[in-house]
Formats: sequence, structure tokens, C-alpha cells
Amino acid sequence: MGELVLDALGKRFGASVAVERVDLEVPQGQMVALLGPSGCGKTTTLRMVAGFVPPSAGRVLIAGKDVTRAPPHARDTGMVFQSYALFPHMSVAENVAFGLEMRRVGRADRDARTREALRLVRLEGLEDRLPRQLSGGQQQRVALARALVVNPAVFLLDEPLSNLDAKLRGEVRMEIRALQQRLGLTTLIVTHDQEEALTMADRLVVMERGRVRQVGTAEDLYERPADPFVAGFVGRCNLLEGALEAPGRFRAAGGEVLPCAAGPAPGGRSVLALRPEHIRIAPSTDGPARLRAATYLGAQTEYHAELGGTPLVVVRPTPGAEDPLRRILPGDAVSLSWDPSAARLLPAAPHDERGA
Amino acid sequence: MERPLILPSPGRLAFRALVLAAFALMLAPVLTVMVISLFRQEIVSFPPSGLTLAWYVNAWERQEFARGFGTSLQVALLAAAVGVPLGTAAAFALVRGRPRGGSALSTLLLGPLAVPGVVAGTALYMFYLRAEFWLDRDITSTLEGLVAAHVLLTIPWTVRLVTASLQGMDRAAEEAAANLGARPLTVFRRVTLPAMRPGIIAACLFSFIQSFENLELSLLLVGPGRTTLPVAMLNYLEFRVDPTLAAVATVQILLVGVLMLVTDRFVSIARTV
Repeated sequence: MGELVLDALGKRFGASVAVERVDLEVPQGQMVALLGPSGCGKTTTLRMVAGFVPPSAGRVLIAGKDVTRAPPHARDTGMVFQSYALFPHMSVAENVAFGLEMRRVGRADRDARTREALRLVRLEGLEDRLPRQLSGGQQQRVALARALVVNPAVFLLDEPLSNLDAKLRGEVRMEIRALQQRLGLTTLIVTHDQEEALTMADRLVVMERGRVRQVGTAEDLYERPADPFVAGFVGRCNLLEGALEAPGRFRAAGGEVLPCAAGPAPGGRSVLALRPEHIRIAPSTDGPARLRAATYLGAQTEYHAELGGTPLVVVRPTPGAEDPLRRILPGDAVSLSWDPSAARLLPAAPHDERGA
Repeated sequence: MERPLILPSPGRLAFRALVLAAFALMLAPVLTVMVISLFRQEIVSFPPSGLTLAWYVNAWERQEFARGFGTSLQVALLAAAVGVPLGTAAAFALVRGRPRGGSALSTLLLGPLAVPGVVAGTALYMFYLRAEFWLDRDITSTLEGLVAAHVLLTIPWTVRLVTASLQGMDRAAEEAAANLGARPLTVFRRVTLPAMRPGIIAACLFSFIQSFENLELSLLLVGPGRTTLPVAMLNYLEFRVDPTLAAVATVQILLVGVLMLVTDRFVSIARTV
């Protein structure tokens, strides 16, 4: 059984459903990311685990104990808040020591553990500063140390990187992941940033409008998305509506017939998911497709092409100087091709009744 | 080539002049009073025939001012001691409890600021007389009656200042404390109260000043031998006009000024108010 278990957890505020039903197990030492656009219920789920939001249905278990009705202070969680939520009138050391003080840890032990936690996040020497005297990145690390020092059964991170600038975000991401793995922390992180989730978490939970769309590793979600929402949210994807005409033949809404994976029985509306990097593009004299725009991105080049009435985005490594592809211009004819197995068929109507 | 002379634009100049004029307008009465308190002649005229500290000596020797000062100090301290906790509790309830009719309630609590002091004083006087009849005890000329009236002055300031400091705090800090194992009362004591502290300190200061300087509300409520300083000054004015009053007022101004400076060392008044 997992260290953290969410059992049919749900929350409604009056008539509106914030979280429909979440079932999740986080094994000891694993990091799971709740990923989704804003308003998908991920933060509400996290706050139910911390005890700030009472669930309307289901249970929360931490270390095998049902804490669904326990107040926040009686749950063994350590949370890092999006705003960091440092105590503004306390020094860095006092902030970090607060949780130990609440646990009645003796002074000597408390000081030692505070020092150790600050060393862990590389903030030695700043013990006596006030939070407002620190940079955003430093404040963030105080928040981390404050949550870690109590050695919580479950570590909770609420959009911990959203207030940092892009460069710092990348560094802190790696740091948090390294700490989490080194200390073997059972962790739940909430983020709307798929890159953050993909790089940090062992498993991801993609949520949309209060529902779990798919649970899996980064690879599962990217290569085998369960529905068009996941395909579009995790990484970029060409999503074409249409129907399977015959095994391996997909007729797009625009009328073109596209090769695809064998798929289920023909008939019925579905969506073809095709990653931009899986499409090959080549100059052609009479190719069926036309280039609309090409954007040079350094290592890669992004092509916007149109096949009949169907727009397709293609991303390829930037061709070498000798490659004729390097010189194609908007309006030129191009040919597009892909491995049929790379074009996945997904159910058109996501497996729920929309707007319930 | 000639370098163009850079002049402030007419708009900026006008703005600066306006700011200066505003400051002059505000400070002129204060400075005038302080200067006059040093004039030698009894009837104020310019230029002074000489400078003297005699009016300060006179003020000191006249019992009504010394006693009035004592009474005002006592009343102001007591009113602040009662009113600030009450106003703080009200502000907390209004911000956190968000009771039904909360905005009407907070308007009501700010009421004493809106009602002219003389009107409020008269109304209180009549109310006290009624209460005296029912309770069969003195209220109008007692210290308790005066303090109770002055508590009304302290509440609007306290509610406003503490409300502002509560609204400015990051509530996630309270959640963080709870998350780290603090029980609700500990969260309040260790996180919420410190966040309210600047508001409370400023409320103490302004409550004290409001009460200490109040004339209108006190007029009908003071009793013989228990006159506040502003009322004593008004009484004196009925019989004599000499710089003694300016001397008393100067002492009053200096006291308030010192209080503000001392308070500002603990909390930045400009940021809190």
C-alpha cells in the first residue's frame, strides 16, 4: 500500500464540482505530479491532502492512517506554498525551526537540525536574515528547508517554481528532484507546467475539469496518450478530427486520407494524434501539401504545412546548408510522410459526458 | 553651440508650489502657536515687545492646566486601553468571520468619525442622564463616563487600522504554520497577531491622540475637578486671552509629536496608516 492514498476523493463547492473523483496511490519515496490547466482541481486535491479543504467524498490515507477528518496540524505533511508563505517577522532560522518547535524538539537538537536543513538547501550564513531581505530564489529555498526539516511523511509542493524566473526554475527543478530522491520523500507536486512535471515526477496524473484523464509515466503519457486532451496537453500534437475508413486509413474532416495505425474497427468519429517530430517533410515538385511558414529555431525548424484543408505542424532538426529543404519557401509544394504507427487513433468524444 | 537651459515644466513647477502651499497651510497654525507662546506682551501683537518663558511658568502654576493634563492623560490611556482591544476584536471578526451585514456593521463602527463631536457629546449627555436615573448612580461627571465616551473615539481608528493590516497579510502563512503542526490558537499567537501588530500599535497612538485632544465630546461630560486639558483651556479662554494658552498648546503639540516619533521607531506610520 502506498504511503499516500487518495481513495475516491471528491470535492464540490455548492453545485459546482471542483474534484470529481481522484484515486491515487503514491508509494514510499515516489514523486507524483498533478498536472493540468488552471481550474482542473489539482490544487484543491493537494489542499485536501494537507487538510485545508474538507473533502465531500472519499478518504485520504497517510502512512496507512485515515486522516480524512484530521485537522492540518495533526497530519504529517510538509508543504511548500506557491507564495512560499514564510513568516515575515521571523528570521530564516526561526522560520525553519518553527515546525520543530511545534513538535517540542529540544533546543540543541532543533538548532542542529535547522542548520542541517539550511545546509541542504545551501543557505548557510543567512540564518539571521528576514525573509524580505532575501531574493525570490532564496525565499523559495527557505520554504523548502522549513517543510523538509520536520521530516514529513508526505511532502507537498504547490506550484513551487511559478514565481521564479525561467533560468532559476530549471536549476531549482533539478535541486528539488535531487533532494527528493536523496531523502526518499514521498511527494505530491501540483503544476500546470508539463515540462516541470515531465522532468521531476516518477508518475504524472493529468487532470481536467475535476477528473483524472490519465495516470502514467512521462513516456506513457507522451507516447500512449489516452485521449486528445492528454495528447494535446503533454507535449505538442497535431490533432485531426475525422473517422477511420478502413484499417490504417483515416479520413480527416477536410477530406484527405491519411495513413495511421491499424486502430479499432472502422466507423465512428475519432481523432488522429500525430506528434510534430514524427512527420517527415521534403521539397516536392507536385507534392500534395503546401508550406505556409517555416520558423527557424536554431537546432530545430518548425514548419507549418497544409495538406488539402488540414493544417499540420512539423518539427525537424534544422537541415544542413546543402539540404534543399533549407531553401524551401512559403507557398512551395512539399511532401509529408510518417510511419503509420506514429499516427495514433484516439476516441473523439473523451470518455466522459462533457459538462456534467 | 549653446546648451539649452533645462527648466522644469510649468506643470511641475505648479505642482511643487501647490505642495509647498499645502504644507505651509498645515504647519502655519502650529508654528504660530509655538511662536506666540514666547511673546512677552499679554495681548498678541506683532512685532513682539520681547520674548519670555513666563507663560509656561504661569501655565504650570495654574492648577487647572496641570490637573487637566493629568485627567486627559488618564482618560486617554484608559480609553485606548479599553477601545483598542475592542476595536481589534471587531476588526478581526469583520475580516475573518465575514458576518452577514458586515459592511453595514463596519460603517456603524466608523460612525463616531462622521457624527460631529458636539452632537455626539450632547446625545451621550442625555443618554447618561437617563442611565443615571435607571441605574441610580452618577455617570455624567465621573471618570468612567468620560472614558466610556472616549472609547467611542478610539474604535473607528482601531477598526480601520487593524482591518488594513489584516487584509494586507498573506493568509498562506497561517496555513503554513498549521501545516507545520501549530494548533489554531498557536497560529493566531505566532503568525496572525504579529501581522496585526503594526496596525494595533498605530491604533494605540491614534486612539490616544484622538482622546487626548478631544474637546467637543468631553464638554458636557466633565465634572467639577475632573476637567480635561482641552476643556480647561476653553474655560480659561472665557476669561482671559493671553499666551498662556499658546504655551499649553505648545506642550500638547510637543507631546503628540514625540509620541509619533517614538511610535514611528516601532512601526512605520506612513506605511501602516
